[in-house]
Amino acid sequence: MKLSGAEIFIECLKAENVDTIFGYPGGAVLFLYDELYKAENRGEIRHILARHEQGAVHAAEGYAKTSDKPGVCIVTSGPGATNAVTGIADAYMDSVPLVVISGNVPKDLIGKDSFQEIDIVGITRPCVKHNFLVTCIEDIAPVMKKAFHIASTGRPGPVLVDIPKDLTNPAVKKIEFKYPKDLVMRSYQPTIKGNKKQIKSAIKMIGEAKKPVLYAGGGVITSKAADELTALGRLYNFPVTNTLMGLGCYPSNDPQFIGMLGMHGTVEANRAMHHSDLIICVGARFDDRVTGDLKKFSPDAKVIHIDIDPASISKNRHAHNPIVGDVKEVLQSMLAEIKEQNIVPDKSAYDAWWKEIKTWQALDCLAYEQGDEIIKAQYVVDMLCKVTDGDAFVASDVGQHQMFAAQYYRFNKPKRWVNSGGLGTMGFGLPAAMGIQFANHDETVACITGDGSIQMCIQELGTCKQYGLPLNIINLNNGYLGMVRQWQEFFYEERYAMTYNQSLPDFVKLAEAYGHVGRRIEKPSDVEDALREAVEDKKRLHFLDFAVEEQGNVYPMIPAGYGHNEMYLNKQDAIKDAKLKSKLIKND
Amino acid sequence: MRHIISLLMENEAGALSRVSGLFSQRGYNIESLTVAATDDPTLSRMTVVTKGNDASIEQIVKQLNKLIDVVKVMELSDYSHIEREMMFVKVVAKEMDTCESIKRLSDIFRGRIIDVSNHMYTIEITGNPQKLDGFLDTMRVHKIVEVVRSGAMGIPRGNASLTV
Repeated sequence: MKLSGAEIFIECLKAENVDTIFGYPGGAVLFLYDELYKAENRGEIRHILARHEQGAVHAAEGYAKTSDKPGVCIVTSGPGATNAVTGIADAYMDSVPLVVISGNVPKDLIGKDSFQEIDIVGITRPCVKHNFLVTCIEDIAPVMKKAFHIASTGRPGPVLVDIPKDLTNPAVKKIEFKYPKDLVMRSYQPTIKGNKKQIKSAIKMIGEAKKPVLYAGGGVITSKAADELTALGRLYNFPVTNTLMGLGCYPSNDPQFIGMLGMHGTVEANRAMHHSDLIICVGARFDDRVTGDLKKFSPDAKVIHIDIDPASISKNRHAHNPIVGDVKEVLQSMLAEIKEQNIVPDKSAYDAWWKEIKTWQALDCLAYEQGDEIIKAQYVVDMLCKVTDGDAFVASDVGQHQMFAAQYYRFNKPKRWVNSGGLGTMGFGLPAAMGIQFANHDETVACITGDGSIQMCIQELGTCKQYGLPLNIINLNNGYLGMVRQWQEFFYEERYAMTYNQSLPDFVKLAEAYGHVGRRIEKPSDVEDALREAVEDKKRLHFLDFAVEEQGNVYPMIPAGYGHNEMYLNKQDAIKDAKLKSKLIKND
Repeated sequence: MRHIISLLMENEAGALSRVSGLFSQRGYNIESLTVAATDDPTLSRMTVVTKGNDASIEQIVKQLNKLIDVVKVMELSDYSHIEREMMFVKVVAKEMDTCESIKRLSDIFRGRIIDVSNHMYTIEITGNPQKLDGFLDTMRVHKIVEVVRSGAMGIPRGNASLTV
């Protein structure tokens, strides 16, 4: 039977086992939506209508990050496609497998500045893993096959498929549908297995180390290697630190876990990195928010770097032992090899190392005092962790609340923590939380956000209502764009340019206007109850607007250009910092 | 340091802009870039001349390899290789002396005069880029009207080769 391009598109989705797709209709995708409508009626594919294309893409990201499937979304040409760009860039930075389908104007109108025409393939080129402009109906199936393959293998990422409208029109052309079974691309063959020799020499390096640190990132989660990582950590009693993206890949309640590292990481994690003689980097990429000033970063450490993306290795920090491969495969081979070689670490050196780390841990850098009057943002996250037994799915937006969430919600499992790490996209949290809930129906999903971020995709409250998502929105409302304000306080002599959120809406009324439960919490004593009530309600979305300390800061903090041994632990440190007084920080 | 990188890529629309985009996006400089289909019409061969230290060249090669359309990358500078560039130079040739001089210089550099009009000579010359620079320098005694350079291309010597 001959099928139209739109019908072929649906068959491709079915062949890829796609059952949920996020999107927003428009002129260029009318034929596709017509078939989606029929597919939905047949119970084959569910389409989730976001309220803005950015929301649709972030939702697909949340879905992909907490399920085993790539996220799929569909947007129309022109503004539909450009609205999706932020989400696509976000997915690119955080290696999220996405297939984004955009409609385009009919082929003979391309290049004529037609209505709602934009070169989205050109616009997205720097922020996709790959993209395609489909030029004939015969190419739809093979391109879709490639798109799913590229998005979800190797280092995952977003793939955009741009389909001109006429290709989907049944009146123009129909062809026999055949979905390619196997796919071999001569130009794309990610390395999966780690090099044996490199693995052997890595183990030798481990045997010689006296102050090792296991530094694990989002790649461990992507590769589903949390078990292997934990096994390796425990085998050698390594101190383990996680990046922002890696939280949950090593259980935070494990005594070997020394917290997140980087700009707002713990003292023990950062000092351990600084003083280490061996960094075993697993699925992380020495991002600038992790390393601070590269010249000062871990001056005495040798580096073993395991990553599926060769370009991540020795990009920022030279790797003495690069191992390219899928993290899970490499760790498995390492564990097997360790068994064979039976390398025993230097016990007395390790003991001394742990003793040193314990002195840093004793500083208790995340301690805070919750008084009776003003709610501390940290306390809200602490309580959320308590009432959800540390087992909720948590999405966050970007800013201070994101750091508080990372520091105070103790993640013990991978894929529970979803945030925008690389791009730092305000507005990510709410739609991402929706995507998580779609992938995990009966689970508790919380969105930790702030009064700035939540307003960037607030329209998605409508989507939540339409699909009855019982999200828990934790709005840490301090009336400021807190993170920016914090930088202004430290580095711009307290000139708070445009960071005071004037004319904030009444979030309670706003939530109610969308048909949700809204509640304002102003007293510390009400925090736990409000959270519990929200979490226990499995039917309705609760928007909890917490009035938190207005000018609270995130500590510890490594200012840009500083080393890991130069952290601020509190406001006094910042005030005392002579270097800061003598020069303003120039960059980031 | 100057490096010459050769790559084979899928001969598809947009492939060139992926490579040139990569260079601008990541702040690598391009001294020259040439591209054309090979004997296999599904493959394009590109030669990029760039400058950078070893670490940045390593990154460039890795980033090029990461592009989905790129099939193979070879850093020619790592191998014994042959490098050539082609150039057309149009010069004013009015007086007999000038014409003679142009002809003589072209001969010395193994160039050929490929077009002659009323007052103009056009010379074709091939060689490594330094030779072309040298030729231009010598020709400056005359009035150069137009210069077209193809950009460098290269091939490894001996058994080494960049093929699929």
